[in-house]
Amino acid sequence: MNPGFTNHFLLPLLRGVLQIAILLLLAPLLPGIVNRVKAWVAGRRGPPLLQLYYDLGRLWNKGIVLSTAASPGHLVGPAIAWVAILGSAMLLPLGPGDALWSFKGDALLFLYLLALARFCTASAALETGSAFEGMGAAREVSFAVLSESALITAILALAVQTGSLSLTGMLAPVPNPSAGLLAAGLFTVLLAENCRVPFDDPNTHLELTMIHEVMVLDHSGPPLAVILHGAALKLLVFALLLAQAVLPLNHLSLLPATGCLLAAMLVITLLVGFAESLLARFAFRRVPLLLTTAFLFCLFALLTAWKGVS
Amino acid sequence: MTDAINLLVGLALGANLLALGSSRLPSIIRAAAIQGIVLGVIPLLLKPEFHWLVALVSIGTIAIKGFVIPALLLRALRAANIAREEHPLLGFIPSLLIGASATVGAVILAGHLPLLPEHRGLLLVPGALATLVSGLVLLVGRTKAISQVCGYLILENGIYLFGLLLIRGTPLIVEAGILLDLTVAIFVIGIIVDRIQREFDSLDTGKLTSLHE
Amino acid sequence: MRNLLLHLIPLLLALLALIWPSDRTRPRLLPLAGILHSALTLWLLFQPPAPSPQSWLGFDPLTRAVVPAISLPFLICSFYGVAYLRLRQERPNRIFVASLLALLGLITLSLQSQHLGLLWVAMEGATLVTVPLLHFNGTARAFEATWKYLLVGGTGVALSLLGSFFLGYSAAGTASGGDLTFAALVENAHGLVKPWVLAAWVVLLTGYGTKMGLAPMHTWKPDAYGEAPGLIGAILAGGLTTVAFVALLRVRQIVDAAGFAHATTVTWMALGLFSMFVAGMFLLGTPDFKRMLAYSSVEHMGILSFGAALGPAGVAAALFHVWNNNLAKGALFLSAGNLRRTVTARTAPEVSGLLLLAPVSSRLLIIGMFAVTACPPFGPFFSELAIIRSAFEGGHALATALFLTFLLLAFLGMSRLVFAITDGRPRLSERHKASTALPPGGAGGRPAAPMDRQSPKGSKWPEQPGVILPPVIFLGCSLLLGLATPPALRQVWADAVTFLFGS
Repeated sequence: MNPGFTNHFLLPLLRGVLQIAILLLLAPLLPGIVNRVKAWVAGRRGPPLLQLYYDLGRLWNKGIVLSTAASPGHLVGPAIAWVAILGSAMLLPLGPGDALWSFKGDALLFLYLLALARFCTASAALETGSAFEGMGAAREVSFAVLSESALITAILALAVQTGSLSLTGMLAPVPNPSAGLLAAGLFTVLLAENCRVPFDDPNTHLELTMIHEVMVLDHSGPPLAVILHGAALKLLVFALLLAQAVLPLNHLSLLPATGCLLAAMLVITLLVGFAESLLARFAFRRVPLLLTTAFLFCLFALLTAWKGVS
Repeated sequence: MTDAINLLVGLALGANLLALGSSRLPSIIRAAAIQGIVLGVIPLLLKPEFHWLVALVSIGTIAIKGFVIPALLLRALRAANIAREEHPLLGFIPSLLIGASATVGAVILAGHLPLLPEHRGLLLVPGALATLVSGLVLLVGRTKAISQVCGYLILENGIYLFGLLLIRGTPLIVEAGILLDLTVAIFVIGIIVDRIQREFDSLDTGKLTSLHE
Repeated sequence: MRNLLLHLIPLLLALLALIWPSDRTRPRLLPLAGILHSALTLWLLFQPPAPSPQSWLGFDPLTRAVVPAISLPFLICSFYGVAYLRLRQERPNRIFVASLLALLGLITLSLQSQHLGLLWVAMEGATLVTVPLLHFNGTARAFEATWKYLLVGGTGVALSLLGSFFLGYSAAGTASGGDLTFAALVENAHGLVKPWVLAAWVVLLTGYGTKMGLAPMHTWKPDAYGEAPGLIGAILAGGLTTVAFVALLRVRQIVDAAGFAHATTVTWMALGLFSMFVAGMFLLGTPDFKRMLAYSSVEHMGILSFGAALGPAGVAAALFHVWNNNLAKGALFLSAGNLRRTVTARTAPEVSGLLLLAPVSSRLLIIGMFAVTACPPFGPFFSELAIIRSAFEGGHALATALFLTFLLLAFLGMSRLVFAITDGRPRLSERHKASTALPPGGAGGRPAAPMDRQSPKGSKWPEQPGVILPPVIFLGCSLLLGLATPPALRQVWADAVTFLFGS
């Protein structure tokens, strides 16, 4: 076989398939770990680690119940959202491995893909014609205004700090004092974007307190499976972003870097679990304050990065 | 040394935002106390060779700003049996955003100010300006007497931070700034005394409205 | 040595007052301090000590031009204080007397300071000892006024420290880096870092302007003057504000020498005119005759600022006006304090016909009002005339027109209120009627009893010589200063101007 073909086409293809497979397969593990931590803190046995895999399999085999008011958008929305999240995941480097796609300015695409996913989920929720789901969508979008501004500021801080415009370049930081600020800000954004505890409670079914759950109440069968998998993937994306924005992994060789990344993912997941066990959900009126704080953390990271450069 | 000082100033700036963003009076008091302690350490780092006046500034600052006044304030809080939740004139998020933009603005402004060469890399000037603004926001935007006093304390900390630039040449004038703490003490004693003398339902300065035109 | 005694005596007497056992005899320390202070001042006025520019304390020509204008009112007020405290035996006076004496000491100290930092320390001290004086009446309103005074005044003092730091930092790079005496700063003015000097002027004008009571930083003044005893109002309006004015004059000398003469003139004049405008507007509206005095004080601070902004001739006139203002304000505050004690109410709808209830104090208030609004032949007329003349000579026609308009506003406002409360049929507040428990006389719309010249509370606040003579003496001094300004004083003011501007 032509060695050029192997080197330039086959190997990258194999690596890409492998990377996507890792992302897709690893994602549902994170909520499992979070739930185990919560069960452990509360003194319960808790669901099996792989519970979400079983749930996804079960849902995939079920039929779909549709609202009479729903248009095809109700089904297409979750699918597009899932693809958008996967796309954003493909823009992230995986520790020692480069991102699948990388070009100058891909950070913008990353932000837009996440926004697109949010838009599709929210509009699919509105499709059912239920005021209840509209309320959830409204909450999701209004909090997103604040958390997105924090995320954008964090990306800007990384861009200023590393002088790069692609995520692969940005997520290779040198050790610096703004990392702590960035970590605090991004972790808060992670909690908010994934509807974890101080912002939203993934377990609750009390209609007045739900944000994300309320949007997906009318989904069933395979679309719900796609949504659940997408949510898990989104948690993975944010955990990857957080870990690689803070840790200078690119200075390590292949094996330690992979180990560090995996350990960091585990730590982040455990932290989410502990936060969820130990904190109470905030009242809605306090949520903007917390998100503003996250924004300020990222803003000061930006300021530190900027003063450090000049 | 510069990095250590800048880190401390950064902590003080964090305390500003903590005070601006928290709604409970004890945490505002705590933020001011933390800031006082942090600021007390800075003079020791600014002047590496030991000088008794500088040591005095440092010890005095830590003792008064970090412990005495916060203790007095907490006592006033207990003595006056004040509701601990603040209902601000200026919301928490706007206050936070003003504080943050003041910080950013101060950093930018300080880049254009004619500073002595030895102060170029330090964050003292932007820290001072941002702390001043935060203090003013608390002073103007809060209704509870205690948080106004904390605002005054933070305003004063900002002035103290600027004064540290002069500590090399004229330590005495910096020392004099501690007198400002006396004002705070009198504020607090006023609260306690007045509370004990007369029954005041709440220390809400929003209710001090019998004098107006 | 003599100039050290000038502030040490009151401060030591303040300590003595703190440990003095008897509430009854303690107030006599006030006239003692007043007499000693005045005697010493007189001695220093006519035999000034040799200048010593390096020291932190001194008796330079500017101090010499102003200290007597504080010492004399204090002397007169101290006698009033004895009579006042005898009539108010229900309040303990230990802290009051001690604070008042300390205030005199600290005011003198800050006038004598030749050092930026020392000046600030003395001002801060004076601000703090004023607090118990304002709170003397112990009412909820007094607490409110004290709180506002501390909040606004405290911020002003804090800002003046910041301004002092700015000025200090501007000098940090010069040859005599750490020397913050005024003489050294003026001498090295060309070496000062310009942006910091300008920033210092802005912040110090705000900070010391707050202490002076220039609008818009005047908000503490109506409350504080309205709630404090009239005696305290007289000393604050005549003493503490003067100190802040002198501090600004000293700072301005440095800033001018650093090359910002135009900026200082424009800003100070604008702030002065704005204060006069605000005061005039409030004087037209306020119903409360003690708050009226506060707004009048704001107006006069505006006049001082306007005058001081006009250069050498204006500063001489402003120094003259400092004397006139302090004396006229003394008469007004003391007579208004008497009226306030007589009727227990303070606003125009509640009070009228005071000429019948408290004939002497009312007449004094009316005459004092004419004095303070610059009617001839009282002193303020001549000093304001001098200010206007120097403004015309400086070519500030528009500003002078505004100045005159605002003076007219103030005159209209004050005369309106003063005649509203003194003229007409006696009417007392409901509260007061209830407290005197008079039998309800004629029910058919006729006022109850107090138609005769005897105040129903005459026994509680009699118009005895101790509270009547001091305002009379104030007015006499004001008249004397206007009709026959002692040439020695003119020379003293001219010396101060030479000191500030060079010959």
